[in-house]
Amino acid sequence: MRGARRGPLPGFGLALGFTLSYLGALVLLPFAALLLRALQLTPARFWELVSTPRTLAAFRLSFGAALTAAAVNLLCGLLVAWVLERYRFPGRRLLDALVDLPFALPTAVAGIALTALWDERGWLGALVAPLGIRVANTPLGVLVALVFIGLPFVVRTVQPVLRGLEPALEEAAASLGASRRQAFARVLLPELRPAALTGFVLALARGLGEYGSVIFIAGNLPERTEIAPLLIMIRLEEYDLAGATAIAATFLAASLLLLFAVNLLSWRQRRRVGAA
Amino acid sequence: MSERDRAPAAPRWRDPRAEPPAVRRALIVAAVAFLALFLLLPLLVVFVRALEKGTAAYLAAIAEPYARAAALLTLRTAALVVPANLLFGLAAAWAVTRFEFRGKNLLVTLVDAPFTVSPVVAGLLFVLLFGAQGLFGPWLLARGVKILFSWPAIALVTAFVTMPLVARQLIPLMQAQGSDEEQAALTLGASPWMFFRVALPKVRWGLLYGVLLCNARAMGEFGAVSVVSGHIRGSTNTLPLHVEILYDEYQFQAAFAVATLLALLGLLTLAAQALLDWRLRRRGGA
Repeated sequence: MRGARRGPLPGFGLALGFTLSYLGALVLLPFAALLLRALQLTPARFWELVSTPRTLAAFRLSFGAALTAAAVNLLCGLLVAWVLERYRFPGRRLLDALVDLPFALPTAVAGIALTALWDERGWLGALVAPLGIRVANTPLGVLVALVFIGLPFVVRTVQPVLRGLEPALEEAAASLGASRRQAFARVLLPELRPAALTGFVLALARGLGEYGSVIFIAGNLPERTEIAPLLIMIRLEEYDLAGATAIAATFLAASLLLLFAVNLLSWRQRRRVGAA
Repeated sequence: MSERDRAPAAPRWRDPRAEPPAVRRALIVAAVAFLALFLLLPLLVVFVRALEKGTAAYLAAIAEPYARAAALLTLRTAALVVPANLLFGLAAAWAVTRFEFRGKNLLVTLVDAPFTVSPVVAGLLFVLLFGAQGLFGPWLLARGVKILFSWPAIALVTAFVTMPLVARQLIPLMQAQGSDEEQAALTLGASPWMFFRVALPKVRWGLLYGVLLCNARAMGEFGAVSVVSGHIRGSTNTLPLHVEILYDEYQFQAAFAVATLLALLGLLTLAAQALLDWRLRRRGGA
């Protein structure tokens, strides 16, 4: 504990010791096992396991669907946060409490519920089938599941910012002759952008790894509707530990890289807004 | 003066922060439609499908022995995992918010790490530790200790997946509250155990919030548990896994019936959270 500035409060050693042991056993050790196992594979073998058309298709679907779903949630989340914070209408408080449902509802339940709604005989699937739109067993089904699972993030990051905004901000814009649309685009949106982007990143991270809500509605056709986490599961069920490890390590690294890049972008944005 | 003359007889004073009624109505309709489509209908369909063969079939499905065994395992797992993560959350928040030390940011990042890992990958991590070809698996199996495909592995992955939930609630709360009360208690001669008399009551509502989330997630975890459980009915099957098995066997009504138990758990969690929120806001702040 060199460099530690202990205050007069007790319990530093105990609290930090317990925290570090718990983290070490539950987080660091498992990650070390993954790293060790991945390093046992030669680069050629690793590449061979990861570069099959089936794996690449799964990566494409996972990243594409998670990015699209996070973008949908960015727009719809802003809308929902705005409506819940600014307007009064019957059922508002109930809907506000229900926004967190995807956090509280087990993913397997979400998965079978969405499938029941969207398959060809479901309430909504039967509605869109005459239009030639199929949702269950298509990539669109993956998108629907990921929109559900990522729904609360942008709403919950934007709401407190919206609540804390000074009325004077918009009143000034209006008195200076800005239309309501201009005030929103030039005054409100820059204020909401950092929080909205944080929500976007959280929804993206959640969507990338999501498994339970997706597998029921996706139909899991190899190279078409098979997400990366499912492929890892399939490799495990085939006792192909090397294949599972290689895909998992690549997927984890790619996800962290993407999240890092998006975080960097939003950090730059925030700095620009702060400087302006 | 001339401007005022041109204005209509009853000047329409408009709140500069309000949109035209038509815009407002359109936005409300769009938002409510989106929430109905993605939240209300999925919730509703679970209960409708569960009751489609009547209440007798519904009750039979949830009272069936395998369903009861699965519910018991789910409850036992949560009873193990939630207190462990509660202790961890308290310890981590106390260390991070009350002391300065090197590597603090790294520690906070590590606390969040399970959130960026797919549940399936989380399960794989523990297979790589405790499987027959794993890091400790062979050594433990030679001594007759079986972790994978039994309840210890289920508890471990669940603890991994739900680890950040309590800590993430407590860290910002304790940061914002500061340590004045604790310092005062100490100055007045309180023993080190003042933690339980002064520090803990200060954060009780935030703590409860975190525990509720942690419990809901622990009982509902699916992907990670699916990897390490082995799906042995009556022994390593949790409620979410039982839902999947029934569904895959085309016993849809039974699957939805068991799913209503989990959906009710989710709704109870939301109701308790809403109550806590309301309480916190009425008291004005954290």
